[in-house]
Amino acid sequence: MHTKLNRRSLLASSAALGAAAMLPGRTLAADNLTVGFIYVGPKDDFGYNQAHAEGAAAVKAMAGVTVIEEENVPETVDVQSTMESMIQFDGASLLFPTSFGYFDPHILEVAPKYPDVRFQHAAGLWSADKHPMTVGSYFGYIGMGQFLNGITAGHATKTKKIGFVAAKPIPQVLLNINSFLLGARQVDPEITCQVIFTGEWSLAVKEAEATNALADQGCDVITCHVDGPKVVMETAAARGSYVCGYHANQSPLAPEMYLTGAEWNWADVYTGMVKTVMEGGTIDNFVRGGIADGFVKMSPLGPAVSDAARAQFEATKAEIMKGGYSVIKGPLKDNSGNVIAAEGQAFAEDDIALESMDYLVEGVIGSTS
Amino acid sequence: MTEDLGIWAVPVAMLGGAIRVSTPFLFVSLGECLTERSGRINLGLEGTLVFGAMAGYAIAFESGSAWIGVVAAALAGAVFGLFHGWLCRFKGVNDIAMGIALMLLGLGLAFFFGKPYIQPVAPDLPAISFGWWSEIPQIRAALEVNALFIVGILLAFAMAWMFRNAALGLRIRVVGDSADAARAIGLSPNRVRLWSTAAGGAFAGVAGAYLSLYYPGSWNEGLSSGQGLMAVALVIFARWNPVMCLFAALLFGAAGALGPALQTVGFTSGYYLFFAAPYVLTLVLLIFTSSPGKAMEGAPGELSITK
Repeated sequence: MHTKLNRRSLLASSAALGAAAMLPGRTLAADNLTVGFIYVGPKDDFGYNQAHAEGAAAVKAMAGVTVIEEENVPETVDVQSTMESMIQFDGASLLFPTSFGYFDPHILEVAPKYPDVRFQHAAGLWSADKHPMTVGSYFGYIGMGQFLNGITAGHATKTKKIGFVAAKPIPQVLLNINSFLLGARQVDPEITCQVIFTGEWSLAVKEAEATNALADQGCDVITCHVDGPKVVMETAAARGSYVCGYHANQSPLAPEMYLTGAEWNWADVYTGMVKTVMEGGTIDNFVRGGIADGFVKMSPLGPAVSDAARAQFEATKAEIMKGGYSVIKGPLKDNSGNVIAAEGQAFAEDDIALESMDYLVEGVIGSTS
Repeated sequence: MTEDLGIWAVPVAMLGGAIRVSTPFLFVSLGECLTERSGRINLGLEGTLVFGAMAGYAIAFESGSAWIGVVAAALAGAVFGLFHGWLCRFKGVNDIAMGIALMLLGLGLAFFFGKPYIQPVAPDLPAISFGWWSEIPQIRAALEVNALFIVGILLAFAMAWMFRNAALGLRIRVVGDSADAARAIGLSPNRVRLWSTAAGGAFAGVAGAYLSLYYPGSWNEGLSSGQGLMAVALVIFARWNPVMCLFAALLFGAAGALGPALQTVGFTSGYYLFFAAPYVLTLVLLIFTSSPGKAMEGAPGELSITK
């Protein structure tokens, strides 16, 4: 590994020299922690980034914490310079690079250079034997939320076809698609789910085209996994399809057509982690949680949700709240006929095998490549 | 109930896509066509488009009327065009470099002023239904046509007519083909170019308003996926002919709908490849329509790329 001498690091080190001369022991002051949040898109996108930014806002309200944020940081070498500048310029010692693609190689490249800085990555697969101990990964079992979405969808659909606009076929997205369909199949095992991949996290026109294509196919409940679900929600509602939200509460966008939504609840998670660091503790390298742990919450049910749907939704949610619920359980095949789970076999929500999912279950129309 | 169209879903989706997606390409390419016919290049239309999208959305939200938003977007675009046209009259100012600078400026300003407007929901432009004759909901949906699309088609033919028959069009062409000849007949090339660039900017602003106010119909920072840049390329592809710009824009819109539509009828693998369809199509057409002898046929003589 080599250290690049760029303008940033030169400026930073001369600034650090000056600061060190004036303020000895500044970094030792435990009551002033600088926390950096990095987002891949705008932090008010009605979606993924907004959910994280709401968590950051809760951290900002804590005493003795300075929060710095940067949005629209691409998953390229750009995020490395953002991280380095947060560390060198702003003195950040806890970073939350929140996008999936920031992990490998970017965090893995930067982390060894700054052994005193803690890197908390959302969604990454940290493993003790491969990755530095100063890096941690955290995520929530939001697939459970999509499963509950699917239950409301299963009650609302008349065509027995539901639709999913997905960005990329990565494990978290595949789990969401599978959970959405399996939720709907709790209501009626005849239901199928058409998935369309757009190939990118944020492509407004393509997301609108994908939503229209789903509506053309007769999908009358549509959800998505893209960074900003605003376009999908508005387009689907305009075509007369019901929508299930994702990432954040999108009900203001389509109040009549919104059934429910799977939302992140990062505020508690982030304030908890920051508190641990301020009290001198260490955050676990591998943090996961579901609806029961307060990582994920559901939007209030919309006016189109029937009483029968509401009852099944609440009953299932109560089961999930007990912890260890399994969405993926046998007998189950993928959509090319391979057995995923035999009779009696079940993958609980915290099963690590689910985080390397590479299949779409039977009933999902689409392909992972 | 929707009907299952089977494989026919693909052409229907492409028709719908051509109508929905092509309008921004059409307006930007018509604007660039006008500007380039006067002998100047404006590569900054991507920035103008994004700023127009933001301005249109913001004004529509504040005023409650989508059409006022469109007018505001056109005005904002015209201001960008005037600025470009004014700067480029100075000796030694390179219009290509200036255009790129203005593109970045437009994007930056749009993101800066657009922050408070990502969350609010502005009124949408209304659509006109041309699908009343059909019982099939997919066809009805595909034939929901926005008034701006019709305006764009009329504009393409009006511009073609203007360049051929009207005094104004001939003036623009003279200035674009030979500044010396224009001066000899008493025209001021700078003034003609200034207003052509302003009008081109206004068209790009309207294209942006279409994106934010109709399809997809909301403002956010990732709204444009390079429509402004592709449209500049379309002008060259269309050989500076407004009617050809229309066909090029339709082709692009239709090809863009191919990817999602094919996934719904079962072509599930290799969708990245189908998403590249518009670009592949452009390349193929360029290769087949090109010939070494006529590479610059139709190009205005005063363009800095042909000089």
